[in-house]
Amino acid sequence: MDITKTTDVPPPASQPTAEPKKSVNRGATRAGDRIFLGLSRGSGILLLVIMAAIAVFLTYRASLAISKDHGNFLTTFEWNTNLMPPSFGIAVLAFGTVVSSIVAMALAVPVAVAIALFLTHYAPRRMSGPVAYVIDLLAAVPSIVYGLWGALVLVPHLNGLFGWLNDYFGWTGILSWQGGPPRSMLTVGILLAIMILPIVTNVSREVFRQVPRMHEEAALALGATRWEVIRMSVLPFGRSGVISASMLGLGRALGETMAVATVLSPTFDIQTSLLDPGGGTFAQNIASKFGEATQDGRDALIASGLVLFVITLLVNGAARAIIARRKEYSGANA
Amino acid sequence: MSTAAVTDKRRSSLRSASLPKWSPWAIAAGSIVVAVGIGEGAGLTSHIQWGLIAALLFVLGTYVIASAVEGRRQAKDRIATSLVWVAFLLAVVPLVSLVWTTVKRGVKVLDPYFLTHSMGVVADSEPGGGIYHAIIGSLEQVGLATLIGAPIGVLTAVYLVEYGRGGLARAVTFFVDVMTGIPSIVAGLFILSLMLMADMQPFGFAGSLALAILMMPVVVRSTEEMLKLVPNELREASLALGVPKWRTILKVVLPTSIGGITTGIMLAIARIAGETAPVLLLVWGNSFINNNPFSGAQQSLPLYIYQQYSQSSGSTAAFDRAWAASLTLIAFVMILNLAARGIARWKAPKTGR
Repeated sequence: MDITKTTDVPPPASQPTAEPKKSVNRGATRAGDRIFLGLSRGSGILLLVIMAAIAVFLTYRASLAISKDHGNFLTTFEWNTNLMPPSFGIAVLAFGTVVSSIVAMALAVPVAVAIALFLTHYAPRRMSGPVAYVIDLLAAVPSIVYGLWGALVLVPHLNGLFGWLNDYFGWTGILSWQGGPPRSMLTVGILLAIMILPIVTNVSREVFRQVPRMHEEAALALGATRWEVIRMSVLPFGRSGVISASMLGLGRALGETMAVATVLSPTFDIQTSLLDPGGGTFAQNIASKFGEATQDGRDALIASGLVLFVITLLVNGAARAIIARRKEYSGANA
Repeated sequence: MSTAAVTDKRRSSLRSASLPKWSPWAIAAGSIVVAVGIGEGAGLTSHIQWGLIAALLFVLGTYVIASAVEGRRQAKDRIATSLVWVAFLLAVVPLVSLVWTTVKRGVKVLDPYFLTHSMGVVADSEPGGGIYHAIIGSLEQVGLATLIGAPIGVLTAVYLVEYGRGGLARAVTFFVDVMTGIPSIVAGLFILSLMLMADMQPFGFAGSLALAILMMPVVVRSTEEMLKLVPNELREASLALGVPKWRTILKVVLPTSIGGITTGIMLAIARIAGETAPVLLLVWGNSFINNNPFSGAQQSLPLYIYQQYSQSSGSTAAFDRAWAASLTLIAFVMILNLAARGIARWKAPKTGR
């Protein structure tokens, strides 16, 4: 970073002939600089302290809860924190979180990549600008509004789809439906997919936009159709970018609370079918169990939050690592 | 894509057979007609299914017709084009529906009365009441969070761009990235664990602290980008005149990038204004007006929406209020977003040359 190099040059030392006022000024300068550096470095350090504090305090409260847990924290299929002794485990939550996120990714990523391609390579130029702008804005819609929409608009519309899936794919077992309200893991997955669509689209679009023009023109010059250009030059260039975009979306889907809490009708067991209501996710469980939780119950919820924290850290860290590695060898805008 | 269009034209003049330009529209119209026919015939009630059938017919029809007339490579190209368009339209449907429903159902009870009254004497299942207490709570919590989060975020970005070198700066950069991905409910649980230690009851400022944690990394990222855009010549000119570094930053670097920094902060505010989960854990919700964020439970707009939805056992009046509050919240967030983008365009830093 040459900014730091250049700005680090000390202000030119005042000449010995300078009037005394200037040397007073220099003393003040040093003090001002020290204070300002202290403030800004201090805020940087404060950020690190906050991160450390999050990890430490969550771990501490979680350890309190787990030491009281009569069941196995990893494998128990119930969440009874008011029992004496309490018995709870995260197996159902971990399963639900992973399944709903996988469903969301499977639905959202192909569509998001297609929209990103649409915006960069297919849409009429007059259209792509406003559409990109609208997608930017949609990324800002609060999750609770998605949740309200999901519960009151999306859920009633899913009866038809669920019946159809059950009729034709019910034999697979994971898409059978016993006719309960369509507030299941698949519903959650669909809603999460809609929610993460804007962010995955935005990041992918940025990557596709950086594809070197020369690569595309070379392919076109060889007589490739537009699809062949995309398959041979755009997608290979953008692959790592799309992966990291998906993982950013995954991070969001894993931690989403309110949308899941409004749409899912939770139970504390694992449903083999995606269409039958039941199950739960970490964040949803915290939001819906918090109201009636006692002190021990809150500690137990904090313990499950710690697991969620660690999972999202891993996913986001991996996404950042992929982005960082890509920067090194991309060469397009080095 | 101008080059692509040019090449297409040239190639099409050399090619023996190609579909006329209006063919995608014709195929689309045809497949919609057939889909409606199938839908009516089979008695499918959901219009979403009709749309899906039409999309499927369109893709298949395009492939068959194009491969018959133009050959397989062109057919593949066309199928990719139509798939991309279908994906786009499919994605637009829920997003349009979301905005449309919120506006349509939201305007029903959204009036001055709704904005200036609380839920104090209104049961959740009855009509009447409003969101005044929620707006007060939201403004106070988000305002306090901004007072904490924005200065720390900007100063951290200044440190990273103007001073940062070595291990500490690298660590801060990495953890800012990590912090961006913290689920909001985890930030809420962190403050909750502090409150459990001190044996405190829910109050507005606790929510502000969690929101500030969520806000900081966003502010750091955007401010960093903006500071990097400030041309080095400006810094060097100021330093060459003997201006100390801290005054250079305060009087030259920050004013040059103030537009972008403001934009970043406003976008961050828009993000935290819609957060429900930490507020649910820390502020608890209250149907009365509580102007004091430092004592007693408060309400906030997103939390109000959630509670109207979940605690009213399906009463229409409560749903109407939830939609109206959603519309208010979306309007607030969108205005912030649009204003932020306006400022960004208006005050865009002039780059070096």
